[in-house]
Amino acid sequence: MSFKLIKQAFSSGQPPPMWKPQPLKDRYDVVIIGGGGHGLATAYYLAREHGITDVAVLEKRYIGSGGSGRNTAIVRSNYLTPEGVRFYDESVKLYGQMSEEFDFNVMFSRRGHLTLAHTDGAVRTMRRRAEVNRLQGVDSRLIWPDELARLCPPLDLSDHPRYPVQAALYHPPGGIIRHDAVVWGYARHAVRRGVHLHQLTEVTGITVEKGKVTGVNTRRGRIKAGTVLNVTAGWAGVIADMAGVKLPIATSPLQACVTEPLKPFLDVIIVSGSLHVYISQSDRGELVMGAAVDPFASYSMRGSFSFIEGLAGHMLELFPSLRHVRLMRQWAGLCDMTPDYSPIMGHTSVDGFLVDVGWGTYGFKAIPVSGKMMAQLIATGQTPDLIRPFRLSRFEEHNLVGEKGAASVGH
Amino acid sequence: MILLNCPNCGPRNVQEFRFGGEHNPRPAAPLAVDNAEWTDYLFLKANKLGVQKEWWYHRAGCRLWFLAERHTQSNQVLKTYCWTARPNREGETCVE
Repeated sequence: MSFKLIKQAFSSGQPPPMWKPQPLKDRYDVVIIGGGGHGLATAYYLAREHGITDVAVLEKRYIGSGGSGRNTAIVRSNYLTPEGVRFYDESVKLYGQMSEEFDFNVMFSRRGHLTLAHTDGAVRTMRRRAEVNRLQGVDSRLIWPDELARLCPPLDLSDHPRYPVQAALYHPPGGIIRHDAVVWGYARHAVRRGVHLHQLTEVTGITVEKGKVTGVNTRRGRIKAGTVLNVTAGWAGVIADMAGVKLPIATSPLQACVTEPLKPFLDVIIVSGSLHVYISQSDRGELVMGAAVDPFASYSMRGSFSFIEGLAGHMLELFPSLRHVRLMRQWAGLCDMTPDYSPIMGHTSVDGFLVDVGWGTYGFKAIPVSGKMMAQLIATGQTPDLIRPFRLSRFEEHNLVGEKGAASVGH
Repeated sequence: MILLNCPNCGPRNVQEFRFGGEHNPRPAAPLAVDNAEWTDYLFLKANKLGVQKEWWYHRAGCRLWFLAERHTQSNQVLKTYCWTARPNREGETCVE
């Protein structure tokens, strides 16, 4: 690898492409709609674990152009429900092996994740989360301001802020990872195993005959398919509607921003559920910051001034020393919010039409495990135990998975 | 979207309002619905990409719950109006 890098440095021109374009066939066993992390991971695991390589991944724009490239790249497993904790913990473990598996540095930085509690109620929730996490074997504990001050010196722990920090949930295995590298790694290795990747191929319709899916219409022509998987974020409802499936999803934008690069001073991830903000420092020194979903449902990806105003106000309560730091840019991504803050994975009422949607504000954390489980579901037809709680039929069974440990959920 | 036209107070900053979700009428006979209809009413959403009829609440103002028709991609609000139980001559519109 290092020798290749040196050779590249002395050559002129572009580095070799990570995958070659393939022809669009008129039939695939499996058509995956959505070339984000989840779709590419599903294709990769279908090929690697189950030997199913007659797979096409269709992407409207370029891979990773949706939520996979717009999130704040945080990986953690300290959720509130046992179902959620087990699921996301498997994901963190798979992320840990990823660089080695792909021979490609995804820059996973396990730096510790701190969720601040500003009220008595929040302290109780954090204590409960720590206990649920530990019962599932996840490293997570409640810490008090003395330890917090050692872990994160720039944090204002005095009683000056409007909501003084009382305690924090400390999750050492949490970290950040380079989200584009995750997408590229899956794409490259899926294509190497024979998967077809079609960018700039927008799906315009899904054909269903006698309750069974038979193919998709795209801007580049019709494709027949045995199985169609909807793995879109933002447009999950629009795609599902093409197959006549109604989902319990409302799409809302979530905004994030980065500051100018600073010298390294923050080596943990700080989250505040009560103030609805989170912050981490990237390897380039930029502070990556995000907030809760926007106050109304929309498909718009425009930034708003009220977001910047609210975020900056709360961030300065936590880190007063940031008052002279300038923002460089802001952006928004679309979050498909479900009523119980848990995803929807598995079969629908249409035979052969599967969904892996409703990833709200927690999709990036789940990419590897979601891909692995959806691949297993497609290959065997059986729903793996790990994702059975997230089936679509849980809504008609009134058996929801209330995941209040998700980001953007207040405590 | 920066301004929203309250049928009572006129154009106001959208931060004065709270979004109430898409318009989803309650089943006419709640005791007669089966599980599928009830699930549809409670959880399922059209989540429309286009003009959506939706609820808004003027929380920091007159506290009126009213309806709006908004394009969910451009966030352009086509009209806002009061809800009425009995449809009048203009459908459900009483003030525009």
